[in-house]
Formats: sequence, C-alpha cells, structure tokens
Amino acid sequence: MKSRWLPYALFAAWVVVLATTPLWGSNYIVRVAIMIAMFTGLTLSWNFIGGFAGYPSFSTAAFFGIGCYAGALAQRAGVPMVLAWIVATVVVGAIAAALGAIILKMRGHYFAIASIGIVEVARLIISSWGSLTGGGDGLNVPLMSGGPNAVARIFLLVMIVIMIMSFIVTVIVDRSRLGFGLRCIQQNEDAANMVGVNNRLYKVIAYTLSALFCGTIGAAHASWTGYIDPSDSFSILMSVKVPVMCLLGGPGTLLGPVIGTAAFMMLEEVFWANFLDYNRAILGAVIVILIFFLPGGLLALRYRDIARRFGLLREPKMAA
Amino acid sequence: MSTTILAAERLNQRFGGIQAIDDLSFALKEGEVVALIGPNGAGKTTLVNLLTGVHQPTSGRVRFEGVDVTSQKPYQAARRGLARTFQIVQPFPRMTVLENVAAGALFGGASPSVAAAMDTAREQLEFMELAQFADRPASALTLAGRKRLELAKSMAMRPKVLMLDEVNAGLNSSEIDGALRLIRKIAERGITILVIEHLMKVVMSLAERVLVLHHGQLIAEGGPKEIVRNSKVVEAYLGQKFADRFGGEAANG
Repeated sequence: MKSRWLPYALFAAWVVVLATTPLWGSNYIVRVAIMIAMFTGLTLSWNFIGGFAGYPSFSTAAFFGIGCYAGALAQRAGVPMVLAWIVATVVVGAIAAALGAIILKMRGHYFAIASIGIVEVARLIISSWGSLTGGGDGLNVPLMSGGPNAVARIFLLVMIVIMIMSFIVTVIVDRSRLGFGLRCIQQNEDAANMVGVNNRLYKVIAYTLSALFCGTIGAAHASWTGYIDPSDSFSILMSVKVPVMCLLGGPGTLLGPVIGTAAFMMLEEVFWANFLDYNRAILGAVIVILIFFLPGGLLALRYRDIARRFGLLREPKMAA
Repeated sequence: MSTTILAAERLNQRFGGIQAIDDLSFALKEGEVVALIGPNGAGKTTLVNLLTGVHQPTSGRVRFEGVDVTSQKPYQAARRGLARTFQIVQPFPRMTVLENVAAGALFGGASPSVAAAMDTAREQLEFMELAQFADRPASALTLAGRKRLELAKSMAMRPKVLMLDEVNAGLNSSEIDGALRLIRKIAERGITILVIEHLMKVVMSLAERVLVLHHGQLIAEGGPKEIVRNSKVVEAYLGQKFADRFGGEAANG
C-alpha cells in the first residue's frame, strides 16, 4: 500500500493544471484543455465497460451524439441549460440500459460489432427524423451570452466538473462489490456466474455507467459549440479514439484513462500541428504499437526496470 | 439427520439426438458423502450442470431443500448454497489467490462488504492450507494448488451441497492423499458432498454411498462394497480384473 494516495494526488494536480490554463495559457491552450477534460470524461466512462468488465464497446459516439441531440432539443424547448444536460444524461442512461439488456447477451467480437451498429443506427435515425432533428441541416443551440473567452472559461470548468464526477464514480465502483464483480467477469465470465455474480445485471450496469456521462458531455458540448449535425455528433472516430486512449493508459485502473487521454491528446496536437497530412496514419500506428507492445497500457510498464536499464536508478539491494 | 437436501426427479436431457440424461432420479441426504461414478460420456458432468443451472433439463425437476429450483441460473444456485468445482479449473487468473477466494465469499457467500469477504477468504485459505500463497496470482499455482483453490473458493461460498467434479484428475498420488484429507475435513463440517471420480481408491475410501451412471441412466446405487460386486457395474465400468481385486480385498478386510 505504498502509493495509496498517489493516484488521487496526481489527479488533483492534473485538475489544477487544466483549470488554471486561462491564467497562463493562450486561447489555443485553453481549447486543448477543454478537449482533454471532455475526452477524459468519455474515457473514464468507457473504462466501466471496456476496462472493468472487459467488453470492447464502441458505443461512445452513440451516447455522445444522443446526448448532443437530447440536450439541444431540450434547450430549444426552453429548458434551462444545466437542466437540459441532466435531461440528456437521464435519456442516454435509459437508452443504454435498454440496449445493453439486448446486446450484452453477446460476447467478444459479436458484442463489439453490435456496439458499432448502435452508433450507425442512432446516426441514421437522427438524420432521417428531419421534422424533429433538422436532419442533415443540423440544429442551432441557444448560445450563451458573453464573449468567446468568458464562454470558453465556463465550459472549461463544466468539462472539468464532469471529469471529476466520472473519476469519483470510478473510485466508488473500484472499491465496491460492483467493481469486484466486473473484474471477475472480465477474467472469467462463466466462473464469475458460478461464484454467484449476476453477470447480466452487472454488465448492464457497467454499460449504463459507460453511457451516463457521455450524455452529459454531449449535451454540454452542444451548448458550447452552438450547432450540431449528425455527422459530427456521431463520429465513428470518437468511438475508436476513446478506447485507444483508455488502453494506452491502462484499462480497469483509476488513473489509466486520465493518463492515456492526456498522452494521446497531446501527441495528437503535436502531430496535427506538424504533420497535417499524416496525422490519421500516425493514429493508426499508435494503435498497432499499443496492441503489440503495451497490452496493459502505460501504467503496466515496469518503469523501475526501464530506469535501471538506462542507468537512471541504482540497482536495489536484494529486497525480499 | 436424514432429511433430503437435494433431489433430482425424473431428469431428462437431450442434446439433439443424444439422450445425455435418461429419466434419472436420486436424492442426497443432508451431510452424506456420495460418489458418482461411470465411464466417460456417461453424463456425470451433464448431471452436475443440470443441478447447478448451467443447463435446463428437457424435462424433470430439481429440488433443493424442498424448493423447485429447476430453472435457476448458476449464480442463483451459488447463492442458495449449491457450489461446485470444475473438472477444468476456472480461476480468475490475474487476481491473487486471496481475491479469488474472496469472490466466492462476496457473491456466493453473501459477505456484507469486500473487506469482510477478504477476512472470510483468509480463514478459508488457512483451512485449505493455501495461506502461504495468498498474495500470489492464481495463475502461478501448480495444478494441485489450483484444484485446492477451487475447493477454497467453493467453501467460501458457504455451501450446503458441494459438487466436486474430478478434483483429483491429473494429480499424483501424494497430491491425491492431500486432497482426500481436505475433502474429509470439509465433510466433517456437515456439508453434503457429491464427488465425481474415476479413481476407485478415492471412491472406496470417501463415499458412504455410490451412484453409477451409464448412458445417462442410473444403473446401480449402494454402498461402495456392494457396488464393486454388482455385475452390471463390473460389466459397464469397472471390468472383471478390478472387481476380483477389490472384491477380494473387501472379503478379506
């Protein structure tokens, strides 16, 4: 139990760094901070189903997109902004629970394919239901009053608050019966059932948890940008990036999603700025490297061994 | 003392054209140790699967403490007190030995919290003589160790009936002696045990009663010494040579 408080301290420090960007950074830096906070929330959410339960879900974009539309439609109907986000959260959670009860009968590749299918079906329904959603023309969302800098600061704080909430839920799940049961399912689903874990129920709860904050984040994102359309809201790339970020950091851990998202997004910004033509190819390369060399993510690396190899750390005395 | 705890009533199980279990009835009394023997493919594991909710029988009933539990799910069987071990061991490989056992205590044994489950698990590891491996990953254990881990995990579920599916398969003779001693310790706690076994040495020394399964049917039932003399059992499973040897020993001893 040497580093019991380390994850919390690191997370708190990271929150401070992100939250203070308006004080020391340019508008560009603040924008990156908002995106990092937003994606960290999405990655922490994915961690419930993909990390703890080990089910490769690609539904993130569906939940995010439905959250965008649920929030935007609520706001257009006159619901106050924050209440609209809560409405979006509840709607997305209910949809995820219903869909989860159906597709979580499947395992492995079959589940993965079904979870991608949900993104495409949701996108098609939203873009065909023109009378409600504006179809391919998209929807305008009431903009916040105030200058662009003030609005950016507010949404930075909003995304950070959502990120903190998803972290807190992760900590609670990690220590509870639910987290223990999900880990059992991840390692051996049949054995989990045999020791008394209600697999179906636990998986549906994990899938619903993986959706809730995606809904909140989607609705908040819609309020921030002021305009949504089906192809931006339901981007399959988001469904791929979020799991990659989590795997990069370390699935099923507290800090893995946070570290993975930060590392990935900063890399992406560097590549985006310097290699405009090749950044997607680089994303592909990161995925391949990850699968081959880092199956447990950055957190599973044995940093002591690496440091020792490069002579940064003295050989330890024989420890028992 | 002799109340029936688990009963199968006219169970049938068909897989396509195969009649895996054929009109099978039997009852286990509280606290007894019963062996289930029979040739490969006789339906022994299928029967355990029916009793623990892994498969639903084509027809027939399973009763546990007088309640019809035929349509239960495996996790419900576990919570009721019907625990089993697997012929092919099923650990949670990347959890520690302690956490594996705690999983049994937490979900099957209804421990109130993760911490309480860890305490129960420690006691069970002590009981099963695995305490020194508590913090090792389950995948680091030898086969004998993993079989014993299965036993500890099942015991942490506080079972009333424990079904042991070939816990001795693949073990050497000194490991088998160790396992036998542990099974006796479990039986002393008053837990009803159904052992599926191929090793007659184990059956003869443990079981108070033996059920013999052949082509999904119960062909004989009785005390171990009667069973080895039963001509149907000798023909279907044991073979004449074996029967001569054990029958002789029984007569002399």
